[in-house]
Amino acid sequence: MSDNNVRYLLGNNAIALAINECNTDVVAGYPGTPSSEIIEYLARMKPKGHVEWSVNEKVAMEVAIGASWTGGRSVATMKHVGLNVASDPFMTLAYTGVKGGMLVISADDPGCHSSQNEQDSRRYAAFAQVPCLDPATPQEAYDMIAFAFEFSEMFETPVVFRPTTRICHGKSDIKLQTSAPTEHEIGFEKVPQRWVMLPAHARVRHQVLIDKQEEMAAALETSQWNRLEMVEGARLGIIASGVASVYSKEAINRLGVKASYLKIGAYPAPTGLIRELAGSVEKILVIEELEPVVEEIVRTITSGMEVEIHGKDVIPRYGELDLGTVELAVAGAAGLDYTGYTAPGTDIELPNRPPVMCPGCPHRGSYYAMKKAFGKDAIFPGDIGCYTLGVQMGTMDTCLCMGASITVSAGIYHAGETKPICCSIGDSTFLHTGIPGLLNAVYNSADITVTILDNRTTAMTGHQPNPSTGLTVLGDATFMVSLEDISRACGVELVLTTDPFDIATTIDTFKQAKEHKGTSVVISKQECIITARRRGIKLTPFCVDRDECRGCKACIKFGCPAIEFDPPEAEGEKGHSRIGNLCVGCGVCAQVCPFNAISEVET
Amino acid sequence: MTEFDLVIVGVGGQGAILASDIVGKAAVNAGMPVMAAETHGMAQRGGSVENHVRLDCRYGSLIPRGRADAVLALEPAEALRAVDYLSPDGVIVVNTNPLLPITVLSGSADYPAVDDMLLELQGRCKRLVAVDADSLAVQAGHPLTTNVVMIGAVSSFLPLDVQSLEDSISSLVPPKTVDVNLAAFRLGRKAADTTD
Repeated sequence: MSDNNVRYLLGNNAIALAINECNTDVVAGYPGTPSSEIIEYLARMKPKGHVEWSVNEKVAMEVAIGASWTGGRSVATMKHVGLNVASDPFMTLAYTGVKGGMLVISADDPGCHSSQNEQDSRRYAAFAQVPCLDPATPQEAYDMIAFAFEFSEMFETPVVFRPTTRICHGKSDIKLQTSAPTEHEIGFEKVPQRWVMLPAHARVRHQVLIDKQEEMAAALETSQWNRLEMVEGARLGIIASGVASVYSKEAINRLGVKASYLKIGAYPAPTGLIRELAGSVEKILVIEELEPVVEEIVRTITSGMEVEIHGKDVIPRYGELDLGTVELAVAGAAGLDYTGYTAPGTDIELPNRPPVMCPGCPHRGSYYAMKKAFGKDAIFPGDIGCYTLGVQMGTMDTCLCMGASITVSAGIYHAGETKPICCSIGDSTFLHTGIPGLLNAVYNSADITVTILDNRTTAMTGHQPNPSTGLTVLGDATFMVSLEDISRACGVELVLTTDPFDIATTIDTFKQAKEHKGTSVVISKQECIITARRRGIKLTPFCVDRDECRGCKACIKFGCPAIEFDPPEAEGEKGHSRIGNLCVGCGVCAQVCPFNAISEVET
Repeated sequence: MTEFDLVIVGVGGQGAILASDIVGKAAVNAGMPVMAAETHGMAQRGGSVENHVRLDCRYGSLIPRGRADAVLALEPAEALRAVDYLSPDGVIVVNTNPLLPITVLSGSADYPAVDDMLLELQGRCKRLVAVDADSLAVQAGHPLTTNVVMIGAVSSFLPLDVQSLEDSISSLVPPKTVDVNLAAFRLGRKAADTTD
């Protein structure tokens, strides 16, 4: 029967609810899949505390640290690679410790569903000597938040909370708790030994950090997030962590394997429970996604014991796990004759369906004009956002991390590459980590063109506002920063702004920038078509005049999903392009057509 | 026994997430535990979208290959792409209207004949339900209700009663569109019941 306290929620929504219920004073983050919805849901709840989209993860981390040092509860939230950006304050935060409870949410993406790598945040937690919670289900993610705040306050330590894509973007029935409201006294206390990391203070704090490890580990060991289920007479022990623990439990039950089972959800890993399990079995299989964090500890603990250890020899160290993979490993360890499922396969070849830039996406016009002006042999370093899909248009030659387009361009130039170099970076990414790269390019005389693809939003992660949008996360108006002014302040002499829906002017603009000696900036400015349409902007769609169309496919090569090609009906004919109902009326294809065969639909 | 593993596939923009939400929320309203996995991010960008919904489940949300009780496909090529998830005893409910990917539009790949794909799907399941959901959506009152037509088409296979599903639809779609969406659901359910 339905229960009023049970709701069907996205993992990130459940996490946001828990943060709100914990009376959190400050939440700061930068959007990144799969973490973005945490702040979005939180903002919709109109919380009592402060919520912000920060300009990058380092900034978010430091804002949250300031709040914690002032006695408030705080959260810094980001995707796993965001923690790289925020790692500088994070590593030293471990020394200073916290005052108000502080969580560092670093959402991992095993399988690289929407990321440039699949690093394991548990490694960061261990590196910094900070506890880490690794939820197995969305429900556990919800339940862990309140515990994490209390633990953080008890041990004056930040806590890393590491949900993965399957938790963040999983949905399930979530049983909500009613928690007693907590009070935190706000007020910054001047304690230089804690908050001023001069070498003399840092040496002391490092020792404090090391000294509290044992006590923290002991408290986590017996927490509800670790669970040992001993089975009388079992010769096999299975240890599984995070989301892998539910796959493992299901595999054990389905296969009917007799095994003792240790589920781990908190780190440092519980050495006492591991030792207890290891002492009772002949063989241990460690099942965890990505890095062998638990396995390494198990091997250390069991050295000298007569127990056989398996882990990354049978479970991949890369990619996302699922029940099928885990079942095979469990069956193998149990000595079962089980081969899993082999799909019969098909002879029909399916066309790939890669994600594409939307019909009416301004980036398509920008890239078309860029390629026309610079030539296809130019070097086009790129960055992270929707526009990374420019790889399909031949205008994305590199993509490494946030902000790297400008700096990699400079490196390519300084290495002696003589071809023209034109990179692209989105407005949000430019504000995130692009500015220092631009300043550096000017300072060190890199002869490159930097294109800021300014679509007025952080589109890829779901249209979050940024400082150039002029809105806060709550939708309130705020200062709207000028990308032109920032570029000029960095010392760029040639700063040009163009509308990518106007192809001829945009080509001319890129040509001017190409001719310029030194660092130039082209701001290709046109609102993201999705946010524009949500605001109610509707343009007249376009159509092809079949009598004028020569079937040259210039519009097809432009790559807009709204344009289809009808093959010739008879021999000797060339066929015709046709614009379908996906057209939103940007009108760029009409400018691309060499025969003026495309025009607005007459109304 | 109400355990049921459902894979829902389609193309970004077709409303696959709403489709899985309808099922998931109906289950929760009926007091049934449910675990679902969603594809985010590519939803507005025309890529393949794959959601897993596991009813009466307390484990992980991912359905292993060969184990799904049903594959619900909002597009025929996506049905074939996802068919490895299906158990040999499973059901495929497929919308017969193709959406051509950019690789086909640009001439770098061919789109297989729909009849060939349906024949292939037929050989991979216990029951194939092929529905012209686009036409039924128009008949219901709006072309964007294709996803709800398809939920109707798969509904009689789910361990959920009609009322829970209809309540779930009413609570999830915009208030002004409730009637159109309920009409879409019923047309889909009827179409599946009359398909061999």
